[in-house]
Amino acid sequence: MHVFVKLFAQYREGRFKAEQREYPNETTAQMVIDALELERVSPLGVLMVNGRHVDPSYCLQEGDEIALFPKVGGG
Amino acid sequence: MADLVYRVNMTNLSFKIEEVPSEWLGLGGRALTSTIVAKEVDPECHPLGPNNKLVFAPGLLSGTSASNSGRNSCGAKSPLTGGIKESNVGGTSAGIMSKLGVKALIIEGMPQNENTFYQLHVTKNNVEFIEVPELVGLDNYAVLDAMAAKYDKKVAVMSIGRVGEMRMNLANISVKDPGGKLRSHGRGGLGAVMGSKKIKCITVDAENYKEVTIADPEKFKEASKIFTKALQENPISGEGLPAFGTNVLVNILNEAGGLPTRNFRAGNWEFAENICGETMAENIKARGGKTTHGCHAGCVIQCSQVYNDKDGNYLTSGFEYETIWALGANFGIKDLDLIAKMDGLMDDLGVDSIETSVTFGLAVDAGILAYGDGEKAYELLSKDLPNGTPMGRIIGSGTHLLGKLYGLVRVPTVKGQGIPAYEPRAVKGQGITYATSTMGADHTAGYAVATNILNSGGHVDPLKKEGQVELARNLQIATAAVDSTGMCIFVAFPALDDPKCLPALVDMINARFGCSLTIDDVVNLGKTILKREHEFNIKAGLNSADDRLPEFMKYETLPPHNVVWDFTGEEIDEFWNF
Ligand code: SF4
Repeated sequence: MHVFVKLFAQYREGRFKAEQREYPNETTAQMVIDALELERVSPLGVLMVNGRHVDPSYCLQEGDEIALFPKVGGG
Repeated sequence: MADLVYRVNMTNLSFKIEEVPSEWLGLGGRALTSTIVAKEVDPECHPLGPNNKLVFAPGLLSGTSASNSGRNSCGAKSPLTGGIKESNVGGTSAGIMSKLGVKALIIEGMPQNENTFYQLHVTKNNVEFIEVPELVGLDNYAVLDAMAAKYDKKVAVMSIGRVGEMRMNLANISVKDPGGKLRSHGRGGLGAVMGSKKIKCITVDAENYKEVTIADPEKFKEASKIFTKALQENPISGEGLPAFGTNVLVNILNEAGGLPTRNFRAGNWEFAENICGETMAENIKARGGKTTHGCHAGCVIQCSQVYNDKDGNYLTSGFEYETIWALGANFGIKDLDLIAKMDGLMDDLGVDSIETSVTFGLAVDAGILAYGDGEKAYELLSKDLPNGTPMGRIIGSGTHLLGKLYGLVRVPTVKGQGIPAYEPRAVKGQGITYATSTMGADHTAGYAVATNILNSGGHVDPLKKEGQVELARNLQIATAAVDSTGMCIFVAFPALDDPKCLPALVDMINARFGCSLTIDDVVNLGKTILKREHEFNIKAGLNSADDRLPEFMKYETLPPHNVVWDFTGEEIDEFWNF
């Protein structure tokens, strides 16, 4: 299935900003995070699919947009 | 030596030095400014008249070696909101006032002579009133230059520009930072209050003094170490904030559908990437600015930065998400360099970069500006505003009055203050803070974004009503307490997630003053302060009907989540039930 993956902040370094990617059915958000080795850079801060916060166990669907942020903040 | 209260009377240009009343001893920062304003200022007074008072108070830990403790609070009745105001700032003033042993500087009255502006020069046991006709009509950097030429040493400088002299609602009080740039007591028109008292600038000289005493230096050192470590080890304060500044929020809010766009018509913006923190960090690296920079000595987080243009020339520093959002998504400027140039100009002019920029967003609806026309906005900002033309005065009155003058309904304000950077319909906890804060719409008053969006201190779904009132209440109570310590509010991130952080902060206060406060005592202080401020506002005529968001948010759905503001008045009023 096609999933649009968007990376932010430190996660972009040496990777990409946003890409359409292919994943097998039943892929979870956590599997995407692991495959990209994101948590080697910095712990996961915010995970959104289609603009909503979800758990890493979320099972991705065809056409989903997943956004991954390390722990960042501001105000 | 014990700290003292410096009381200045501008009506007869006199001053008194007073002992600190016992009930003020355990207070600092916001707790002290709000207590003094609540006790001494008639809530019904005109904010720009002789009966308002302008109060400065460094935090409880300011002047010590504690990390991030150099924030100074300024309080008064606000000409913008008509309620109580506290606004705190980095820069050098908190540290220098503490070193001189100034617990609070209270400025009351106003001179009869309309035409004379003064510099107040504060030294040990003395306040000089210096007429400064040569500074009238100058903006902040020229004032800093003049003070640097006058005093060949480190003095704190707090000043206003022309907009403050003209007592406009946008006027802030600017403070010199360690790098010679500016920080501001931004919101609420405090610069207009200073202008009404005919004070162009305040300088504080603490040379040869170091009045900050520590009751238990060993204990202080130990707690301070733990505290600093907590700030450095937290991924947000230790890594995210220094690398990208607060502007990292553009993309997160954009993703979450909470980035107010086109004067609060949508929750995301197709050009977010142009102005986001990642783009900003890339530019800084390529152009030789600085990604990390502290707004005061002793900041170990360093969320600030120095942002240069393509040729490597300085454009601005302290380039914050809220300003970038307001000029970007909300007003439509896609060019981050132009936003930076305007930010730098707003520093020099001494105007609140949030209120000014939210006003520009509304000026599009008023037909004054076209969406995204940064060149025209720059012209208004650089020419009309500081010269006080009629259009400059209209913009200078802020968002709320602009809306009234042009008969607009979609006016994003609460208690007259422009709503910043977080769409209340899509970040509902933040909406509760905007509605209930004693300060008007102020994002720092209780930063529910942390838990709604950033997963700090747990997670409360931003789109649902459940848990938001409690979240906003707890955060506002904690913030009122933190604002009293002199700590920068970003210590809240480690405090929310690291159980060692808050106890270390309380231990530092105990070691500094030789007292034995518990965390509960500190929380209770936060509650007391909020209630004191609330009571002042009620007496000033702000009641529960003012604890509301603009009505259009109730019936206009916000894309992409198609949400409305759906709290009832009773649900919001639950906030004050503590
Ligand atoms: S983290 Fe930012 S706002 Fe806080 S003290 Fe440091 S530079 Fe100032």
